[in-house]
Amino acid sequence: MTELSPTAFWIASWAKVMLVFTGLMVAVAYMTLAERRVSAFIQDRLGPNRVGPFGLLQPIADGIKNILKEETMPATANRTFFILAPALSIIPALVAFAVIPFAAPLTTPWGVVDMIVADIPIGVLFVLALASLGVYGLFLAGWSSNNKYAFLGGVRSSAQMVSYEVALGLSLIPVLMLAGNVTLTEVVWQQQQLGFWYLLPLSLAFVLFVVSAFAETNRLPFDLPEAESELITGYHTEYSGMKFSMFFIAEYAHILTASALMATLFLGGWSVPFWAGDHMFWYQGALISGFTAAGEPIAANPAWWKTLLTFLSFALKTAFFAFVFIWVRWTLPRFRYDQVMHLGWKVMLPTALAYVIGIAAAILTLDQLGVEGFLFGAILTVLSGAATLFFVFVVDRDRVIGGGSAARADRMRAKLDREFTRGAGAAHELPVGPVER
Amino acid sequence: MVDVLFFVFAAMAVGGAFGVVLQKNPVSSLLFMVGTLGAVAGIFVLFEAHFLAAIQVIVYAGAIMVLFLFVIMLLNLGHDYKADIRSGLGAFVAFATSGAIAGFLARQFRGAADNPIYQQFPGPEGMDQLLAEQGIVGAIARPLYTEYVVAFELVAILLLVALVGAVALAKKRA
Repeated sequence: MTELSPTAFWIASWAKVMLVFTGLMVAVAYMTLAERRVSAFIQDRLGPNRVGPFGLLQPIADGIKNILKEETMPATANRTFFILAPALSIIPALVAFAVIPFAAPLTTPWGVVDMIVADIPIGVLFVLALASLGVYGLFLAGWSSNNKYAFLGGVRSSAQMVSYEVALGLSLIPVLMLAGNVTLTEVVWQQQQLGFWYLLPLSLAFVLFVVSAFAETNRLPFDLPEAESELITGYHTEYSGMKFSMFFIAEYAHILTASALMATLFLGGWSVPFWAGDHMFWYQGALISGFTAAGEPIAANPAWWKTLLTFLSFALKTAFFAFVFIWVRWTLPRFRYDQVMHLGWKVMLPTALAYVIGIAAAILTLDQLGVEGFLFGAILTVLSGAATLFFVFVVDRDRVIGGGSAARADRMRAKLDREFTRGAGAAHELPVGPVER
Repeated sequence: MVDVLFFVFAAMAVGGAFGVVLQKNPVSSLLFMVGTLGAVAGIFVLFEAHFLAAIQVIVYAGAIMVLFLFVIMLLNLGHDYKADIRSGLGAFVAFATSGAIAGFLARQFRGAADNPIYQQFPGPEGMDQLLAEQGIVGAIARPLYTEYVVAFELVAILLLVALVGAVALAKKRA
């Protein structure tokens, strides 16, 4: 029940770095398989199922193939930056995971080990800082290739990521206001204490965060930097072999980090729903599970099976969002470039700003009135739910969120219906072959 | 450990700054600038100023430098260029000016304990207490929005004026 000694802390930290890195890389490898199998399912195909049982060894085969492939170097490329770019895109994607807590603290004979690689006081800001650095990798790849399509992809990626970073940061502010701190351990703890996942009391922030996260990870419907049909494959057109696959490792690591962040910020992180036994937090040098009515801290009792159970909860939530990423990719068409900019600057930014002000006013009012606990969460849930419905159905009116062409598709359908009924039996009649009786 | 890291980051910052000036290619200069900003953020972390370090990376390395990059790309400046300062006199003036600025800063922030600049800081123990009471953001935000709120709002208005001015100038050209 005590904290670790400095030596034990070093050893535990090394072990956690190794475990998290390995776990993340394995998860990335199986994300590629999941993507191909899910896309196959959505398109009514089978997908890769030949290598190993259910195709489970496919990522290994892919890895060997990519390592053995020839690395090409375009004659006019800038060598230094061409080699540097894949590294610059993969490092921020992997490092950002360091501040995400993935399970309840674990008891060992040497003390309690926190299940987070680095519990640094800036928490979410660290993730934002690394997300803002991720653009350099894509951009340099596009520029150093000395290829016009790659270059256009790089320019698009920097414009898109700068635009959506603003909305991403603003959508996080309500979460941080409600949690009262920026560390992700505290965000999890405050959700446990409130008894609400922030998904409910801050639903509009969740919507904005998910959309910006899709834009930041360059996934469909925001994959303008790649845009196969216009730019070949955008910034990594000239890459081959392992450098090429490093961009993909970076993309999937980004997806996993974004999914883990969504789970932590809005779905209670590692906490198991409807169970108070896993509430744990460091408070004044002791691990506590809550406060009595008089404000006295109650000691927590961590156990290895609780750590395991909470890790499972975290993994399930993360996997759910990772699945949503894949699901959306194979469902929605790509935005046009002007639609991306319109959504980012004219829809998301003002909405996020208005929501920050609104939710701040609501929290301040409820605090002044002395509302606490369940009622506090319930009132915020109702307010945010109303704001979300207003945002989706009134502010946007299906223009952007209903898909880039929802309104036009409706008009087209109505027009076709009219023509069909009016022209029935006349010039618009469908050509019918000779009918033999 | 902290001393060693300080010198590592300091060397990176100074080396990066030299790189910015000496590189012929604007994109290389820009990347050296990002490296310098990152090293300075590392020094902030060593001084327990985590929030400043994060803001340094988010605002400067992540946003402003990306905009620089964007301008370099849009104006197609990504090629080697000739130095602006060509004459010997120009080089002398530039060197003297930067030397004077460096000397002035060194005089202002000299390491003596009786330097009035250092009297305002709470020191390591005071800092730990401040962080425990208000959190990493609160320690910055509280004075910013109470004691220095007028200066803060003035800076905000200044930025807004610059923004409006830039748009007005761009409209005139078009």
